[in-house]
Amino acid sequence: MRWDVVIGLEVHLQLATASKIFSGASTHFGAAPNTQACAVDLAMPGMLPVLNEQAVRYAVMFGLGIGAEIGMRSVFDRKNYFYPDSPKGYQISQFQEPVVGRGSFEITLEDGTVRHIGITRAHLEEDAGKSLHEDFHGQTGIDLNRAGTPLLEIVTDPDLRSAEEAVAYLKTLHSLVTYLGISDGNMAEGSMRCDVNLSLRPAGSQELGTRTEIKNVNSFRFVEKAIHHEIERQADILENGGRVIQETRLYDADRDETRAMRSKEVANDYRYFPEPDLLPVIIDEAFVDSIRATLPELPRERRQRFVDIYGLSHYDATVLSANRALADYYEAVVSDCGDPKIAANWVQGELLGQLNRSELALADSPVSAPALAGLIRRILDNSISGKIAKQVFEAMWAGEGDADRIIEARGLQQVSDSGALETMVDEVISANPEQLAQYLAADEAKRKKLLGFFVGQVMKVSKGQANPQMVNELLARKLS
Amino acid sequence: MTTPPTAPPATHAAVQQDEIEKMAELARIRIADHQIGEVTERIADILAMVDQLQAVDTAGVEAMANPLDAVQRLRPDIVTEGDQREVFQAIAPAVENGLYLVPKVID
Repeated sequence: MRWDVVIGLEVHLQLATASKIFSGASTHFGAAPNTQACAVDLAMPGMLPVLNEQAVRYAVMFGLGIGAEIGMRSVFDRKNYFYPDSPKGYQISQFQEPVVGRGSFEITLEDGTVRHIGITRAHLEEDAGKSLHEDFHGQTGIDLNRAGTPLLEIVTDPDLRSAEEAVAYLKTLHSLVTYLGISDGNMAEGSMRCDVNLSLRPAGSQELGTRTEIKNVNSFRFVEKAIHHEIERQADILENGGRVIQETRLYDADRDETRAMRSKEVANDYRYFPEPDLLPVIIDEAFVDSIRATLPELPRERRQRFVDIYGLSHYDATVLSANRALADYYEAVVSDCGDPKIAANWVQGELLGQLNRSELALADSPVSAPALAGLIRRILDNSISGKIAKQVFEAMWAGEGDADRIIEARGLQQVSDSGALETMVDEVISANPEQLAQYLAADEAKRKKLLGFFVGQVMKVSKGQANPQMVNELLARKLS
Repeated sequence: MTTPPTAPPATHAAVQQDEIEKMAELARIRIADHQIGEVTERIADILAMVDQLQAVDTAGVEAMANPLDAVQRLRPDIVTEGDQREVFQAIAPAVENGLYLVPKVID
């Protein structure tokens, strides 16, 4: 039987504020346990939440970034459940009146297909603390540093149809929020966590099947694997005449499987009610306009500009604009060296290749944008060939200095002295009488091929430093 | 969570004992077996009063968050709270390596 897959995603995005959503404690990652959990985060008696303006601004920025309705009046609610990583006994969230309403999101799949994914809503809420289960003499250790970190929960319509689409959505979302600067997007530190709602229905059917929710998947790769696994599991059940149970499941990356969660979500009745400690949040047009005025160029606009202004292919423009830091780096190289196409080749080829091999982030690249531009300038002014430039780049990567210094120290300057080149050309011709005879006997079409042999020999004699264009010209003249 | 809250039933008169048991469990309140009957009756009384209130026609009346017509004030995004872990953990029943210890939670 063939099944259609129906997926909706809920992404919990940590917002890049300095302090928490309802308290003045720091949100900085990696501090010693509970050193950033203040009286409000600990739910000490009498403590009251006060809303962080920056969290609201970031949420509105996101809403503007996807062209969504902005909730000019939004309301916080209590979501009630007992779990020790949430000391109040409830989470402050938004339920019926979120800060961001309906919007839409465009994703491009690898084959170039464009899909529009509906955004149901995005709302502000507070993160919980962390539970550590290992080795506390049968007890659980609680770190509340994360409790109260602002989250924007972004909910899609059930519009996604495959793991590939889900991953494309997440990557596009990641790109958008890092462009906006509203989140550091650091998946490894949990800045972007994803819940997957998934159901199957017979191919072509319009009715939705029973869904399961897979919680807290925190990398693109795991989302893909968890979805594949869950599709298979549900198809197995349905094809054997069973029924899918609506439940919450956890993805176990070590075993590559999802399994039902036990206690926490069984009593799935959060008894939402309006948070009496917070008044409705009213924002006005002036507030929204002040945020709109600070919106940076977004990935889609930047990609289009790369195509229009720099003449890049759609593919190159997509790669180079996907990440704000990379796009900035690329543009710095272009403005310095003046050649957008060669710059695109070098950034995508050598730079990204070396970063991948060394497992480095762009920010830690040993070769800066001005340094790379300096190297490209030497290719453009014919000081070195593209091939020699790769050697120079490797030396720059190894920390041997800038391009000019390495070219000088290693004597890699391209030979463009016509006298020296002529001597080399003559040497090569007289050393290869057989090929010369063949060349002279050949017709025009074959000659072109044979000429390549001589060019190669001259490059070899010059250790790659001969100016190839001049060599071609000299040979053509001498052999005619 | 995106599911809208379910509308309250028209009448609460017939509150069931098992509903009370479920609410007690969600609220982590232990009600002794011999008290459940009485608690059920008292909650039914409260809900009867709610029914009376719900009979009022509120069409066109905006929900009131507070009687002062105030809106939420926002605070600037500045870290104002330093590390006071020692103070807080001095009154905690059990701590280890800076963590608060609680009875084992499984999930």
